[in-house]
Amino acid sequence: MSSVADAFLPSRTESRLRPAFRRFPPGAVAVTSASPEPGTIAGKMAGHLAAIASSGDRAAFAELFRYYAPRVKSYLQRLGGDPATAEEVMQEAMVQVWRKAGLFDPAKSSPSTWIFAIARNLRIDALRRDRRPEYDPDDPALVPEPDRPPDTVLEGQQAAARLAEAMAGLTAAERNLLTLTYYEEKSHSMISAELGLPLGTVKSRLRLTFAKLRGALAESFGDRP
Amino acid sequence: MTVRHHIADELLVAYEAGSLSEGENIAVATHLALCPHCRVAARAATAVGGAMLEGAEPIPIRPDALDRVLDRIAAPPVADRPRQRAAVETAGAPPILPEPLRSYVGGDIDRVPWRRLGLKARHYRIPLSDRTTVARLLCIPAGQPVPMHGHRGLELTVVLSGTLVDGHDRLGRGDVEQTDESVEHQPRAGEGEDCICLAVTDAPLRFKGLVARLAQNFLRI
Repeated sequence: MSSVADAFLPSRTESRLRPAFRRFPPGAVAVTSASPEPGTIAGKMAGHLAAIASSGDRAAFAELFRYYAPRVKSYLQRLGGDPATAEEVMQEAMVQVWRKAGLFDPAKSSPSTWIFAIARNLRIDALRRDRRPEYDPDDPALVPEPDRPPDTVLEGQQAAARLAEAMAGLTAAERNLLTLTYYEEKSHSMISAELGLPLGTVKSRLRLTFAKLRGALAESFGDRP
Repeated sequence: MTVRHHIADELLVAYEAGSLSEGENIAVATHLALCPHCRVAARAATAVGGAMLEGAEPIPIRPDALDRVLDRIAAPPVADRPRQRAAVETAGAPPILPEPLRSYVGGDIDRVPWRRLGLKARHYRIPLSDRTTVARLLCIPAGQPVPMHGHRGLELTVVLSGTLVDGHDRLGRGDVEQTDESVEHQPRAGEGEDCICLAVTDAPLRFKGLVARLAQNFLRI
């Protein structure tokens, strides 16, 4: 019987990674109106990603690695994976960060959000041996976004700062709900069983918590009609 | 036509957190392909994941972790084989089935190996690697009720063509209907055109917990 570790051979994870970031063309790392504020962690990390993309800057990568590797491993280990597996997937995630650095667009997301998505997809692909079905941004059947003037869109680092502020304002119960969902990959019904709450309550609390956070991002992520 | 029935926020959050089953995942991703509004909301849910990562308690890593990663980076990258996508006729009208659904089916709607389902309705069960959910394409003749409609758990329906009428609701392409066992309803296809939709339901036996899921994946039980 094959071991879980088989799933982490580079060739396998490489070929199984979803093209989640294809919509951001290489070279899109140009400075934009939402460019990182140099003083912040996010700003520094975005600068490192740009340096990796443009000149394969290993010193920049080492700094980025020191900040993110222990966090990515922490995220991966929360699912109940053993430390060796979490370490393996973390290293693979950091290899992907290096290779895909040119696809990172600081105007579209923060470095943490971008790296989270890489780690999440690897976790699903590797730990669960499952495919994470995603839409394809180049699909002719895709209904495109309506045009929005780019200067009204606030994304990337500024959004990350506002989000962090809103997260700090959440109650312990709300934060616990997010931890169970994002870290422990628990379904709504599993959370319901674990907390002894009706399923409907779990859903509505999660919805409210998300609404609070989304409210903090209102300028960048417009409301649905 | 603009999508009017969206994916519930808590489901979008679960999708971006990576906590959905494969079947639910396909339904959400299919809706996202057809709904730019929900794609914006989904980006907010990914940003929450980013903030969670940033707030994660750092834990010790192997002392040689950076060296190992740098070694792997120095090695020539394994060719990034693009995901197998179902071929599509780009010259004609856009496909009815968006990705990722089209690749699961192996082509657009004309390639679906339909099976009969009584009352002239047809269905096709989409093969999944995860057995906690069942995903089906349904083709309901115009004006006919949706067959097989007692449900046990969650049901997610995404309309792909034609319309689905449920009480006063009229759902068109991209619209989603989410129901659970507490909802008694009898949707039917709108007049004038057959309705094609994706229906995802909980499988009769739904395993819970990681260990059960792993066992299920390895043992194919």
